[in-house]
Amino acid sequence: MTIAPDVPAGIRPTTDAALAAPKGKPKNLGQIIRWLLLFAGGILMIMPIVYMISTSLKWPHEVYNVNLIPEEPTIENYTYVLEDGRFYWWFVNSLIIAVITTICNLLFDSLVGYTLCKFRFPGRQLVFIAILSTLMIPTEMLVIPWYLMSQSFGWLDTYWGIMFPGLMTAFGTFLMKQFFESVPDDFIEAARIDGLNELEIWWKVAMPLVKPALAALAIFVFLGNWTAFLWPLIVTNSVDMYTIPVGLSGFGDEVDVAWELIMTGAAISTIPTLIVFLIFQRFIIRGVVMAGLKG
Amino acid sequence: MANLALRNLTKAFGNTEVLHGINLEVADGEFIVFVGPSGCGKSTTLRMIAGLEEVTSGEVIIGDKAVNNLEPKERDIAMVFQNYAIYPHMSVKKNIAFGLRSSKLSKEEKEARILEVAGILDMVPLLDRKPNALSGGQRQRVAIGRAMVRDPAVFLFDEPLSNLDAQLRTQMRLEIKKLHQRVGNTIVFVTHDQVEAMTMADRIVIMKDGHIQQIGTPAEVYHQPANAFVAQFIGAPSMNMLPGTLNGKGLKLGAGSSLKTKWKSDSALDVMVGVRPDDLTVGKGDPIVSGKVTVREPLGPETLIYVDTPSGEVIAKASGRTPPELGEKVVLSADPANLHVFDAKTGMAVQ
Repeated sequence: MTIAPDVPAGIRPTTDAALAAPKGKPKNLGQIIRWLLLFAGGILMIMPIVYMISTSLKWPHEVYNVNLIPEEPTIENYTYVLEDGRFYWWFVNSLIIAVITTICNLLFDSLVGYTLCKFRFPGRQLVFIAILSTLMIPTEMLVIPWYLMSQSFGWLDTYWGIMFPGLMTAFGTFLMKQFFESVPDDFIEAARIDGLNELEIWWKVAMPLVKPALAALAIFVFLGNWTAFLWPLIVTNSVDMYTIPVGLSGFGDEVDVAWELIMTGAAISTIPTLIVFLIFQRFIIRGVVMAGLKG
Repeated sequence: MANLALRNLTKAFGNTEVLHGINLEVADGEFIVFVGPSGCGKSTTLRMIAGLEEVTSGEVIIGDKAVNNLEPKERDIAMVFQNYAIYPHMSVKKNIAFGLRSSKLSKEEKEARILEVAGILDMVPLLDRKPNALSGGQRQRVAIGRAMVRDPAVFLFDEPLSNLDAQLRTQMRLEIKKLHQRVGNTIVFVTHDQVEAMTMADRIVIMKDGHIQQIGTPAEVYHQPANAFVAQFIGAPSMNMLPGTLNGKGLKLGAGSSLKTKWKSDSALDVMVGVRPDDLTVGKGDPIVSGKVTVREPLGPETLIYVDTPSGEVIAKASGRTPPELGEKVVLSADPANLHVFDAKTGMAVQ
């Protein structure tokens, strides 16, 4: 139905008045302050990224100028970094390590979390507390035992050596356990009656129901490993085994740090993290939407 | 198709025994409803039949086989849960097909079976939908479809209608009853709603505190309740209980009126006299109690009146058109044949 143009004149003004006030217009001082705070927060978040890109477009002599817009913008740094064979290897190393570690975490954390959540066995609580308590030990304390262990197993300077401490995390286990708590036992019992074995129930019924948690965990683990610095620095020796953060820190020489190259490498290395985030973020949002529906 | 038997079934959680020797024989194709207040053990019993709870002692027999030590999937049962438990990440069709996973049917036979079940439940146009695009009633039908598709020996329903609104519940009740008449499998249905129990069951099992109180047809449990608990649990509004004594001459009600009834006792016996609100009339018959009307609840065809009597509050049904006024003194009467007499100490019906 369309409204006829000859609507009685009296109706028009009220309708227009209602439409005239745009929804987003700030209504009072409190709202303006809130917006300003959010704006400031946004600037604070975006500045390092803008500055990173700005620096990557500068010539070395301009790096210590704080101006945001380079005087003579150049893509020379990008050409240099991409043509330099080392960066390519670091990128591949980082990718292999982050992807494998993420997949392992998704599998192992959820398997252990599911078991701790849905099975009743003696010592269950104790195991859970033991896993949680490892969260209290700082990485700095662990690197020496890890190193000695890697050394005795011959894992120094290998992918396995870089990855093994992070293949399963207490945080991920805890996160997954908490999410499995929200899966009603009815689903699991229904599947049991339908003839699935316990492993199939975990994989076919429980896992699809915690997709949002898996997506969140995937983002955490991927980013954590992509940006990991301390342990890869310690366990790797040869330049070919470096990950991006370790490799980038080595740009420059004893007297001068090549910030423009580091920033260029950093800018390139944010691309995979953006892709991972964009892929999994949709699952997170969908998860929130699904959770909002009854049943 | 098989019959089901529970023999001296008990269940303990730690040191707390929650089921104390349940005995029940279910005939092939029978519709059995377990009913009772929360915590009476009805769901636990059902879960033990399903194999989701371990049996502490006693036997669960399906067909001719003791199934205590069998996995749920080996028991030839299917279960419908209160929360439907249909998998949200699968389409309706996949949900129904899930019940056929372990079946040995060929792909074409499975497909035909799914379509047949979907046809019976009127779900064919919904087969490709995801559960979150279905209404509560439709979801419940998917859950029933998933159970039906396997053609199990025994269907188990765990309060399947309690998440539905009143109108839908009535509709689904009818659908399940029709479904049972059509497919004829044995059904064990758990509910806390006595109306569901009365309307659907071939036989009702009434439970309280882990004991079976009475097993009988809806008419039996309504008209010949075995004890005061059953009498008050079945029927709405609840049966009125009036204190009285039974002696050689007959029944004497607390308020003083004496009645000639079929019951007699050589020694004086304290009893509870049960009378359903439907059996109490204002005026006609032998007077039982009298008092003032304190509350009226008009229901249309009749009006419930709450009468304050010397024996306590009594509910009666009065005419819907000309109910007594509030505060009016009324005499409530009943046909002595419609009274129930229970031992005041044990609560058991006096024969």
